[in-house]
Amino acid sequence: MDYPERWEIDDDPSLDEAALLEMLRAMLEIRGLEDEIQRAFTKDLVRGSTHLCTGQEAAVVGACSVLRTTDSMVCTYRGHGAVLAKGASLAATFAEIVGRETGLCGGKGGSMHLTDAGVGAYGSFAIVGAHLPIANGLALAARQQGSDAVSLCFFGDGSTNIGAFHESLNLAAVWSLPVIFFCENNLYGEYTAWRATARVDRLADRAGSYGMPGVRIDGNDVIAVRRATGQAVERARAGEGPTLIEAVTYRHRGHSRTDPAKYRPDGELERWLKVDPIRRLENLLATRGVSPERLQEITAAARDAVRDAVEEALSAAPPRLEALYEDVYA
Amino acid sequence: MSVLTYREAIKQAQADALAADPTVFLLGEDIAAAGGAFKVTDGLMDAFGSDRVMDTPISEQAIIGAAIGAALKGARPVAELMFADFAGVCFDQIANQLAKYRYMTAGQVSVPVTIRLANGAGQGFGSQHSQSVENWFLNVPGLKIVAPGSVEDAYGLLRSSIADDDPVLFFEHKAMYNVKADVPPELVPIPLGRAHVVRSGDDVTIVASQAMRRRAEEAADKLSAQGIAAEVIDPRTILPFDYESVAASVTRTNRLVVVQESSAAGSWGATLVARMAAECFESLDLAPVLISAPDTPVPYAGALEAAWIPGVDDICTAVLAMDRY
Repeated sequence: MDYPERWEIDDDPSLDEAALLEMLRAMLEIRGLEDEIQRAFTKDLVRGSTHLCTGQEAAVVGACSVLRTTDSMVCTYRGHGAVLAKGASLAATFAEIVGRETGLCGGKGGSMHLTDAGVGAYGSFAIVGAHLPIANGLALAARQQGSDAVSLCFFGDGSTNIGAFHESLNLAAVWSLPVIFFCENNLYGEYTAWRATARVDRLADRAGSYGMPGVRIDGNDVIAVRRATGQAVERARAGEGPTLIEAVTYRHRGHSRTDPAKYRPDGELERWLKVDPIRRLENLLATRGVSPERLQEITAAARDAVRDAVEEALSAAPPRLEALYEDVYA
Repeated sequence: MSVLTYREAIKQAQADALAADPTVFLLGEDIAAAGGAFKVTDGLMDAFGSDRVMDTPISEQAIIGAAIGAALKGARPVAELMFADFAGVCFDQIANQLAKYRYMTAGQVSVPVTIRLANGAGQGFGSQHSQSVENWFLNVPGLKIVAPGSVEDAYGLLRSSIADDDPVLFFEHKAMYNVKADVPPELVPIPLGRAHVVRSGDDVTIVASQAMRRRAEEAADKLSAQGIAAEVIDPRTILPFDYESVAASVTRTNRLVVVQESSAAGSWGATLVARMAAECFESLDLAPVLISAPDTPVPYAGALEAAWIPGVDDICTAVLAMDRY
């Protein structure tokens, strides 16, 4: 029901090879940085908890690939990938997660609060569902300013059961706001399977309650994600209002660092590893005639970029103690 | 001089802010077509259009979140929560999102949201529509909290709140909406964070805001007939609190009475008393007195609610008891 129907992903002839390679690069860098974050956590370099998006790279990369810098994006505490996909730097992202002065938020936000307003990444929010109302405001201000910028809001399947989800979709529809509500349904809300917490077949069906279109797509197919988001963005830019997208994907790791995810049925992870979004995009590129050597080059470049970013971040200083008192008020 | 009500002053401040700054807009339940449950925005939609004075569904989280998001993109939203008690419905948006955004992002963006809330007891609205909600937010750094206690302050403090680059919770005492006062024809902004000495006196300092300020002034009249000169201070801004003005007064009067329309625990009055006891210990002739409501919800029946709210006699009794020392 939630598993992709086919392993191969459909090609989109309108996308040139460079566009596909660019998405591959972004997905590889996110995968690589998440691995580094996991490693840093085991070395006690990351405080508190951290929530990795390994396995969900196609969703954030495909969706952000149709956004402009002037478009807004907000996401959840599982947001490292989304913030990177919107354009944040690898080094500043990693530096924030290890609490350095050069981090996106000067070390005051951390893993759950990555924000880079300069690239339109208006925050990772650590309270489930709390950012959906804020996504509406970003869209409203864009419209007030006469711009055709849109607001894209990533959230998980767990968010669809919280009040703010319903208030936000309703208000966005009533005001016909240029918002794309992008649900990454990774099958688990924290530690509980989504089907144990909802009685609809498809979360996308909830859009009907608010009078907006809802589409369900294979979230491990970066081309499908890009196409569906592109259509929703087009609608939004044209003033036709919000769309709910449900991208079905899978979280390779547990909810947070300390979760071994023993609640998952035997064999489920292995089954989903077979539909790894990166392998599927590589396969598509191969069918287009991109050589294995070229793909290896891209992989090596991503690995180098991540390694350099980690080195740069770890060589940065911790925040000055005075920063404790700064930025409470303007 | 012209005569204006507290309600009219707040409406005028919003109208003037809308006229002065194209990034200002208003949003809230029933504020546009209906002019607001308390008619504080009556006529503003006709004057400024439905794009700048916006009705919302009954969705407090969506209202405050929309204000936050718009502010991140450069707007100056003024959101109304019909009753301050409804802040409970969107507490997360206010305490976790609005207040902390600037800090958590190391000042990448400021969040100039003003939230107007109808606050306070005295009109029989019952337990869920009568609280002094400013106290819920005292422990949330990043917010500013404003509580105007006069017609002129209502105008001037709201203009400053809307112009401020930080989030401001602007508490309007709903029992004061019909209060009238002579005001200068040209009303002006009043800076946040500065208390106002409403009445000067050398014998005792009484600090009170909103409806309690009015009762403190009445008590000062009565005390004056008995030869006691009370100084009445209205803090006007609850966060950041102007401790210096109170300390300066206490240094002179050596006696402090704080009156508030809420229970004592976790209140601004309790914080003020603790701070003055620590900082002005040498100046104080005796322990400061905090006059608060009982530790119960606000009751409905007239006699019960009247007994709940601190009265003029409570203030006089407390001051006279001090005078025996």
